[in-house]
Amino acid sequence: MTPDHAALQLWPVAASASAVEADELILAFTVLTLVLTVPVFIAITWFALRYREGSDADRSPSGIRSNLIEISWMLIPFLLTLVFFVWGARLFVDSKNPPPDAMVVEVIGRQWMWKFQHPTGQSEINDLHLPIGQPIKLRIISQDVIHALYLPAVRMQVAALPDRYTEMWFKADKVGTFHLYCSEYCGTDHSVMGGKLTLMNPGDYQDWLVHAGAQQGVAAAGRALYEAYGCASCHEPGSPVKAPSLAGLYGSKVALADGRSVVADDEWLRQKILNPNGDKLAGGGKQVMPSFAGRIPEDELNKIVDFIKAYPRPGQSAEATR
Amino acid sequence: MSASGTIEGAAHREPHAPEATIGRKPDYLHAESTLRSWFLTTDHKRIALLYLASITGFFVIGALAAGVVRLALVVPNGAIMTNDTYNKAFTIHGVVMVWFFLIPSIPATFGNFLIPLMIGAKDLAFPKLNLTSWYVFMAGALFTLVSVVLGGVDTGWTFYAPLSTAFSNTWVLPALIGVTIVGFSSILTGLNFVVTIHTMRAPGMTWFKLPIFVWTHYATSLIFLLATPVITTALILLIAERAFHVGVFDPAFGGDPVLFQHLFWFYSHPAVYIMVLPGMGVISEIVPAFARKKLFGYRFVAYASIGLASVTFFVWGHHMFVNGQSDLASLVFSALSFAVAVPSAVKVYNWTATIHKGALRLDTPMLYAMGYIGLFVLGGLTGLYLATLAINQHIHATYFVVAHFHYIMVGGTVLAFLGGLHFWWPKFTGRMYSEPWGRVSAILIFLGFNVTFFPQFILGYLGMPRRYATYPPEFQLLNVLSSAGATILAAGYIFPMLYLVYSLWFGRKAPANPWDAKGLEWETSSPPPTLNFVSPPEVPRIPYDYPIQATESKDQHR
Repeated sequence: MTPDHAALQLWPVAASASAVEADELILAFTVLTLVLTVPVFIAITWFALRYREGSDADRSPSGIRSNLIEISWMLIPFLLTLVFFVWGARLFVDSKNPPPDAMVVEVIGRQWMWKFQHPTGQSEINDLHLPIGQPIKLRIISQDVIHALYLPAVRMQVAALPDRYTEMWFKADKVGTFHLYCSEYCGTDHSVMGGKLTLMNPGDYQDWLVHAGAQQGVAAAGRALYEAYGCASCHEPGSPVKAPSLAGLYGSKVALADGRSVVADDEWLRQKILNPNGDKLAGGGKQVMPSFAGRIPEDELNKIVDFIKAYPRPGQSAEATR
Repeated sequence: MSASGTIEGAAHREPHAPEATIGRKPDYLHAESTLRSWFLTTDHKRIALLYLASITGFFVIGALAAGVVRLALVVPNGAIMTNDTYNKAFTIHGVVMVWFFLIPSIPATFGNFLIPLMIGAKDLAFPKLNLTSWYVFMAGALFTLVSVVLGGVDTGWTFYAPLSTAFSNTWVLPALIGVTIVGFSSILTGLNFVVTIHTMRAPGMTWFKLPIFVWTHYATSLIFLLATPVITTALILLIAERAFHVGVFDPAFGGDPVLFQHLFWFYSHPAVYIMVLPGMGVISEIVPAFARKKLFGYRFVAYASIGLASVTFFVWGHHMFVNGQSDLASLVFSALSFAVAVPSAVKVYNWTATIHKGALRLDTPMLYAMGYIGLFVLGGLTGLYLATLAINQHIHATYFVVAHFHYIMVGGTVLAFLGGLHFWWPKFTGRMYSEPWGRVSAILIFLGFNVTFFPQFILGYLGMPRRYATYPPEFQLLNVLSSAGATILAAGYIFPMLYLVYSLWFGRKAPANPWDAKGLEWETSSPPPTLNFVSPPEVPRIPYDYPIQATESKDQHR
C-alpha cells in the first residue's frame, strides 16, 4: 500500500469533489494566464526582430490615444482576474463550513509526528485511515511549534497551532493511499513528519477499526509512555543529548564495546531499559542513561517495547514496518 | 548650484562631446587612493561601490548555500547530508539573499550612485549618514556571519515563533540581532533618499521630469521608512522572548504565535516591493535607451510606482490564508491582493509598448530587460494563483510558492540588477565590459533560471512541500532537472564576475555616454568627477527625450 511511484507524474490524483473543483479553477486560471502573457511574449519577441535598429520597419506614430489604452490595459486584466477571486472565494467558504454530521477526528501535531484519534477511541501515529463517502472533520492542534497538516489528494492544508484548534473538513470519494505531510517548517525532521492517508470503503474502515486500529493503539500508548518517562527528550532525533536513535532498532544487530554483537529483540530491549550499564555499546559514547528498574510497571514496560518495535526508520511510515 | 540660465538650450541637444581632459580634476575613483579615502569617504559614488563589493560577497555566500540545497535534493532520501545541514543551508540562503543581497541590492548601490547624478545634485542630502548606513549594514552582517560560523541557524528566514524562540537549538540570537541591525541601515538609506529627492533636485528638474528610476526609488524609500520599523520591533520582541522568556508569541508564556506572522508579513510583504520597485526603475531606464524611443505612458508608470508602494501595505494577510487567520480576513486580503495586478500590468504593458516601433539594439542590458519582462509577468500572475483562496489551500507552502517568488526575486530583481550593472558599468568604472561575453551570460542566466525554477511550479502542484530535506521518490526527476538548471545558472553568474573584473584593468575606456542614452547621469564624464558635474547640468525639456516619440507624448507633456 504505497502511492503510485510513477517516474514522472504531471497531475496529482484528486480524491474528493472539491479537489476536482480546485483543479478546474486552476486550469481555467492557467488559460487566462496564457491569454494575458502569450501576447506579451510574442509581442516582445516580434518587436525585437521587426524593429531592430537599421530595419526599414514603419515607425510612424500610431496615433493611439494613450489614456484610453492605458485605462483599458489596467482594467480589463483586473476584471478578468476578479472572476477568479470570486470563484476561489466561493470554494473557500464551502471548505470552511463543515456539515453538522461530519465525523470528527482529533489531530495532534508535535515534533515530529502526527497523532490521529478516531471517534471510537483508536489512535494511530503518522498514518490516517478514513472512510470515503462521509464528511470528515479534522480538529487540529499542536503540542509544541506550528505545524500544518497537508493532504494533497483533497487539496487541503491547515496549520496546527499550539494554542488553539483549527479545522479542516472534506468528503473523500476515492479509495486509495495518498501522501500526508507536514507543510509548515517545524525543525530538524520536518520532512519526515508525515505518512499515508488511506481512504477506504466504509465497511473496510470498520474492519480496520476492529483489527489494525486496535494494534496501532498499543504502539500509540507506548509512544505516550516513551514521552512521559522522558525517553524522548534524549532519544528523539535533534534532542540536545545525542542518545542513540531507536528508529529501526528492533531486530537489528547492535555492536557492543566488548566486540560482541547482539540482536535487539524484546528481551534485550527490556534489559537495556532496566539496566542501561550492561552491554555497553560500541562507538565510545558515554553511558549516561539512568536505570529504570523499579520505576516502570511491567505492563507499561511492555507497551514501551511494543512502541520501539513499531518505531519506523526515518522516512518510513509506521505501517511499513509493521 | 546655480541655474544654467539657457532657456533655448534644451531645444537643440547635440551628441555629447566629452570634456577636455587636460586640466580636468581627476574622477572620483582616482581623486584619492588611500584606504582611509575609501572607508571614511562621504562620496555617494564611493559608498555605492562599498555596497556593491559587500553585497557581491553576500550573493556568493547565498548562492553557495543554494548550491548545497540543490545538491541535497538530487536524491530523495537525504543520503547526501543530514536534515540539520539541509535546514541550515536553506536558512542561510534565505537570510543572506533577502536581507543582505536583495533588499540593499539596487537601492544601496545603483540608487546611491545614480540618484544624485540623475537629479543633478552633487551628493545625497546627508553624506555622513550615508556612510553610517554602510557601517550599520556591515555590523548587522557581522552578527549574521558569526551565527553562521558558530554553527548556523535552522529556523528558515521567516523565524516563525515559537520554533525560533523556544525550540531551535541553533544560533538564532546572533542571526536575529544581525537582521535587526541591518534594518536600521535600510531606514537611514530611505530617509536620505526621500530628503535628497525632495530638496536637492537641480533647478528645472520638476517631479514629472524625474526619471522613473528616481520615482521607483522614492516609492521604495517610503516603504523603507514605513515598514522597516515594524520588523525591527517584531525582531526585538523575538529576541526578548528567546533570551528572557518574555511572553509575546509563545503560548507557553501567554503569547500568540500568529501575532508574529502578522508583524513579520506586515513588513515582509512590502519588502517584496523594496526588491521589485528599484528593478522596475532599472528596466524603465534600459528599455527606452535601447529602443531609442520615449518611455510609453511616463506618468502612468510613475503613478503606478507610488500605487504599488501603497497597495503593498494592505495585502500581507495573503501569506496566512491557512495559518489560523480568520476567514473574513482571508477573503478581504485575497480581494485586495488582486488589486496589485493593476499597477503591475501598467508597467509591463508600457514597457512592451515602448519597444513597439522603436529602433532596437539588443545589447546585454536590453537582453536582461527583455528577460526580466517575461519572467516578471509569469512571477506576477502565479502570484494571483496564490492569492486565490481555493488554490492557495493546496499550493501554500509547496514548491509552487518557491517557484513563484524566485520568478519575482531572481527573474525580476536579479535580472534587473545585472541589466543595470551592465548598463551603468561604464559610468561606475569608466571601462567597457566585453559585449559578446555579456550577451552569452545573459542568455545562459535566462535559460538556466527557467530550467531551475519552472519544474518547481509542477512539483508544487503535485504537492511537494517546501523546506523538505527528503521527499517522495516520484518527485526525483523534476528535482534533478531543477538542480541541473542551477548549474547552468551558476555558470551564468560566474562569467560576469570574471569579465567585469577583467574590464576594470583591460576594458576599453568608456566615453561619457556609450549608449547615447538620455538622463543627466550621461551628461558627465565616465567615471564622474567627485562633485559629479563640472558645470551645472542642463535639465532637458522632457524626460526620455529619445529620437522616436510616439504621439502620446503630446498628451502627456502639454
